[in-house]
Amino acid sequence: MNILNELYEFTADFAICHITQKETEMLLNIKNLHVAIDGKEIIKGLNLGVNKGEVHAIMGPNGTGKSTLAAAITGREGYEITEGEIWYKGINIVEMDPDARANEGIFLSFQYPVEIPGVSMTNFMRTAINAKREYLNQAPISAGDFLKLMEEKKNLVEIHSKLTNRSVNEGFSGGEKKRNEIFQMAMLEPTLAILDETDSGLDIDALKVVAKGVNTLRSEDNAFVIITHYQRLLDYIVPDFVHVLYDGKIVKTGGKNLALELEAKGYEWIKENQLV
Amino acid sequence: MNTATITGPLPLDQLLVEQYHNAFDMITLNDTPRLKALREQHFNEFLQQGFPDSSQEKWRFSEIEDLLGMPFHHELQPKPTNKNLEELFRCEVHNFNTEIVSVLNGWFHDKNGGLQITREGVIIGSFKSAMEKHPALFEKYYGLIAHNTNNSFVSINTALVQDGVFIYVPDGVEASKTLQIIKLIDHSENHFVQNRNLIILGKNSKLSLMHCDDSINQHTSLVNTVTEIFVGENAVFELYKLQNLNDQSGLVNSTFIKQEANSNVKTNTLTFNCGMIRNNIQVALDGKGAHADVLGLYLMDKQQHVDNQIRILHNQPHCTSNELFKGILDDEATAVFNGYIYVARDAQKTNAYQNNNNILLKPTATINTMPFLEIYADDVKCSHGATIGQLDQEAMFYLRQRGISAANARLLLMYAFAADIINNINIEPLRNRIDDMVKKRLRGELSVCEKCVLHCGMPEKEIHFDIDLSKI
Repeated sequence: MNILNELYEFTADFAICHITQKETEMLLNIKNLHVAIDGKEIIKGLNLGVNKGEVHAIMGPNGTGKSTLAAAITGREGYEITEGEIWYKGINIVEMDPDARANEGIFLSFQYPVEIPGVSMTNFMRTAINAKREYLNQAPISAGDFLKLMEEKKNLVEIHSKLTNRSVNEGFSGGEKKRNEIFQMAMLEPTLAILDETDSGLDIDALKVVAKGVNTLRSEDNAFVIITHYQRLLDYIVPDFVHVLYDGKIVKTGGKNLALELEAKGYEWIKENQLV
Repeated sequence: MNTATITGPLPLDQLLVEQYHNAFDMITLNDTPRLKALREQHFNEFLQQGFPDSSQEKWRFSEIEDLLGMPFHHELQPKPTNKNLEELFRCEVHNFNTEIVSVLNGWFHDKNGGLQITREGVIIGSFKSAMEKHPALFEKYYGLIAHNTNNSFVSINTALVQDGVFIYVPDGVEASKTLQIIKLIDHSENHFVQNRNLIILGKNSKLSLMHCDDSINQHTSLVNTVTEIFVGENAVFELYKLQNLNDQSGLVNSTFIKQEANSNVKTNTLTFNCGMIRNNIQVALDGKGAHADVLGLYLMDKQQHVDNQIRILHNQPHCTSNELFKGILDDEATAVFNGYIYVARDAQKTNAYQNNNNILLKPTATINTMPFLEIYADDVKCSHGATIGQLDQEAMFYLRQRGISAANARLLLMYAFAADIINNINIEPLRNRIDDMVKKRLRGELSVCEKCVLHCGMPEKEIHFDIDLSKI
């Protein structure tokens, strides 16, 4: 057990929250998280625990902090954590660089994937894979293995075009961009994957492709946090838990049926409950 | 006759004026009457104007005074050298088979004695030998397009110049090999070096030329090169200029191009290193249907300075031009881009595009970018744009979220920014080489001092970051 973990356990004794042994073994454990952008508080005391092998869905109306949560976990600049902790694999990662978090196995499928003209997909992917291998003290991937891996993962998400000569996301359609995110996820094999509205703007066929990709990668050794507005994606990727995020906090947690209930009753139902 | 080299505490302009007076007979020894008259005319212009300074509009952002204030030597005759020139000029661009023209300290290095004619019929020689053996050609073209427009460096060059490169591609001749002019500065003292190049492409001919300016020591030099290029009807000409001199040195490079009907010219000015560079490029589209691509890339850091002054003259209708200069500036580096497009009254159906994009890596870096369009025709399409920015933070985060370190993400984005220009290089081995040089430059590993850039015999430093995947 590392020193951070010991320190955590020590401080936890004085903390108000109740810590069980199980919680410290969690893959992701967010405690009383407060996040502000430009001084404005968006996340207001959020708690979330994710174990390996689980799929969590986070739902909620617009502007309640879903994407902010993803940004805070991945370490995006400009998202100030004013209070609370993000424990990942037993380490508080709040001060960790975004690239180190990525190499520790945290992956974000972007809501709006960025176009990077001039950087080819292959170049980008090999640089990313080798960065991770270097982080793990492994030798760089050979050209042959890399090509084989690319082909395999391309097939998984049904990308048929040659990626070698294409710049990252440049000229990709909305659906292609999202499939490209899942492709990258498959290439990098993260331990914790956060999908930020990967379903938005997808037609039903593309949605099925994305879901197939996720379901293939799903295992006892990894976990998924799926941020979505709609229940639709959850028909294909069945979650173990559904959380409702409202006004910067998780206000309700349930099983997969909660998503159906939300779909039927709408978010107004949550808002009304909150007001009570 | 005076000695070839006058040294002393004289300021450079006075030194040159004195040399002109004292050694006039020697300087004009091989001149035709017209050439001699041209020297006198330009000398008088120089006497009136002197060297430019930053009080002049066209030199406002380029303070060349400091460099001109340094003590310089100037040779009117080459000094014998005991270096192995074959070895010095050997080009190591892989798979890049070129005809090499060597110029050491401004003097044409004559391998074969006089003019040389390639198997395909391209004539290559020194300024002097061209005057002797091709007087008609020389008379017809020399000095016609190199004028002093706010640039008295052209005048002092025309007045005093003694050597340079002459290339003639006769009608219908297509040179399959790239011609490479390698100019090295290797002096144990500060030197002012002048060069004059005359390049003539006949009708339906083709030539690609690489023009490398390198220093191989750390002494201050100031190189003043004037190049006149005539591109005949239907001819295709490509010019790649590689500039890699030490931080103490200055380079004033004035290139004048005249294009006839349906000719196609591409110039690519790649500035990697130098204390101070001024590129004056003028392209005159003097025949219907001519097209020019005028491209450039500058990667400057420390206190380096680059100034690109581009003049595109649409003198005839139905011509197109495409101007794209991109720059990355670090530290306290400064750059100037001045893009002038002129469209004559009758030059209808002109299509001219101009763009200058810059990335400033630090707030201490500076770019002054100025488009200037002067249009007298009414049926034209002209567009211009300039951007100044930092590296895209969204893209930075995207790359870092995939595990790529901040330093490598920066490199990738800078390289991607430069890729536009690199991809425009048509000769594949050259493109790969430039690609490699750009990466090295961006990583801060490109050397200028010990060996010339095309001599990088040094083993590649082992690096984990390999941004070239085009080979797999």
